[in-house]
Amino acid sequence: MARTMAEKIWDDHVVRRAEGEPDLLFIDLHLLHEVTCPQAFDGLRKAGRRVRRTDLTIATEDHNTPTIDIDKPIADPVSRIQLETLRKNCAEFGVRLHPLGDIEQGVVHVIGPQLGLTQPGMTVVCGDSHTSTHGAFGALAFGIGTSQVEHVLATQTLPMSPFRTMAVTVEGELPPGVTAKDLILAVIARIGTGGGQGHVIEYRGPAIEKLSMEARMTVCNMSIEAGARAGMIAPDETTFAYLKDRPHAPKGADWDAAVAEWRTLRSDDATFDREVVIDASTLSPFVTWGTNPGQGAPLSGSVPDPAAFADPADRMAAEKALEYMGLTAGQPLREIAVDTVFLGSCTNGRIEDLRAAAAVLRGRSVADGVRMLVVPGSVRVALQAVEEGLDKVFTAAGAEWRHAGCSMCLGMNPDQLAPGERAASTSNRNFEGRQGKGGRTHLVSPQVAATTAVLGHLASPADLSEFPVTAGA
Amino acid sequence: MEAFTTHTGRVVPLRRSNVDTDQIIPAHWLKKVTRDGFEDGLFDAWRKDPEFVLNEPARQGATVLVAGADFGTGSSREHAVWALQNYGFKAVISPRFADIFRGNSLKNGLLTVMLPQETVERLWELTEADPTAEVTVDLVDRQVRAEGITADFDIDDNARWRLLEGLDDISLTLEHETDIAEYEARRPPYRPRTLPR
Ligand code: SF4
Repeated sequence: MARTMAEKIWDDHVVRRAEGEPDLLFIDLHLLHEVTCPQAFDGLRKAGRRVRRTDLTIATEDHNTPTIDIDKPIADPVSRIQLETLRKNCAEFGVRLHPLGDIEQGVVHVIGPQLGLTQPGMTVVCGDSHTSTHGAFGALAFGIGTSQVEHVLATQTLPMSPFRTMAVTVEGELPPGVTAKDLILAVIARIGTGGGQGHVIEYRGPAIEKLSMEARMTVCNMSIEAGARAGMIAPDETTFAYLKDRPHAPKGADWDAAVAEWRTLRSDDATFDREVVIDASTLSPFVTWGTNPGQGAPLSGSVPDPAAFADPADRMAAEKALEYMGLTAGQPLREIAVDTVFLGSCTNGRIEDLRAAAAVLRGRSVADGVRMLVVPGSVRVALQAVEEGLDKVFTAAGAEWRHAGCSMCLGMNPDQLAPGERAASTSNRNFEGRQGKGGRTHLVSPQVAATTAVLGHLASPADLSEFPVTAGA
Repeated sequence: MEAFTTHTGRVVPLRRSNVDTDQIIPAHWLKKVTRDGFEDGLFDAWRKDPEFVLNEPARQGATVLVAGADFGTGSSREHAVWALQNYGFKAVISPRFADIFRGNSLKNGLLTVMLPQETVERLWELTEADPTAEVTVDLVDRQVRAEGITADFDIDDNARWRLLEGLDDISLTLEHETDIAEYEARRPPYRPRTLPR
């Protein structure tokens, strides 16, 4: 029977199948960060259990970590306790940890691929919804809750109920200056925040195949924002080239065997439960105006009128969003002024994202009254950026160059918005209070973030005079 | 885990859709390393508003939350479930739940019930008009009952059984330890390891 890529990987990982029960799946890689595992380790300890496969488990510190003065003790005592708890648990159970200050430290979804631990055909889990990022490699990767973290630690398996499959086919070519972020924001606006519920999305089509691995990760990262369990992209030469020679990539004969398997993963001519087709050539820079990632529109447009929504629930949501965001219907999106620009996160904190933003900022300055934070997704990304001199470009423009971490993606560490403050952010969630209590978030691409920093209002590179617009990354 | 069979209680009608887990329990609450003590963080931002439904004196002690569609979207934080339970909720009713939230609820014995939007509207109307109105959520008969409302709901047999019995997933899985060991023995040798062999 013809199968989709997700179904093939699922079938390859069934440890046990029984009528009327969820399949028991083997997990190839389990990523941990400090927020969602303390209660799981505690559960193991209480039950006298060990971590079954420490060799398939890795931990890092990212959510609570400060991005300045990292050599000083962490000021917030509760954050400090959480990090100390992770360190204690990893030491006690024998789990590899990359703590703050380590060269491999960074946002969990940046370091997995970077180390070459994320590979095609694998099952990858983490107590974090953006685990979908790893699907960019043709892995079946999904976020889990703390009870499931405990379950994977104890058994290296998970009972999983079946999912449905959705194909998002992106035809044509992205116009110059339109990025993976604009694409995924447009997809979410199209299918809605609940549109992917119960589904694994496979992104395919010519526009997807042309994307770099970094851009594919940006797309898969936000699958959860469409409600999907996971997002994935078939592995191809771009994937193999990215993986080759990474620290944990297979070597020698193992590499050949692995690539041979990876080539078989591509979906057969299978039917998906749902299919959505998007024409890339119609897309343009896209930003959000509301308080969920589905509430977005082309930057060239304006804040919608809630009365224009046919569905009463959508109308109510739009009304509440405009009130929270302090926006009025009909306001052109380009005229929205911001206080803060955040470049970073597991969506857009990789080297290509920093390069794209630096290209805009080179020789320009951040507007008066605007603060811009540049937070690399990992220490390795930071080192690469320094090698390329990007840090100098950012600081010369007046932006702050920070240490790696989740930073302002969520209000959990010192980097937060003040109540009423407005940000253009390359992260993935614009929920009420996500970046700090009362903070207002517009999700944007790195290019739009950088231009917004320069002009002080939402804008794309095309709004700058003399900007060489290059093909979308 | 506590078993769930049937529960009758008063309702908090939450007329909002897309209630994401950042609203249920904001990030700054996630730093605790225990599973309890999250009740004061539940809907933290909204509770600052004295008019918010949870603050109404008549809603104190309510145990069933009836919310709009797409409840529990966003972050995978299980703290959202703990916060609802710590506060005293036994069941949440909504036209649609986010997958991870639903899975997390099941693991902790918080029942999530999917009912059509119009039934949810009727439950809202009933309980807004009369805060003392009680709703019964019956997992044995897969039915929600309130004055003038009887609605059947779907839940898969396996999930229902585990809730009814209050079963712990890990013990269930460890009964199949030999299957796991067999699978491990046949995994491709080139799959990566985080530790040196
Ligand atoms: S960068 Fe943001 S979305 Fe990504 S793991 Fe960190 S907090 Fe979560």
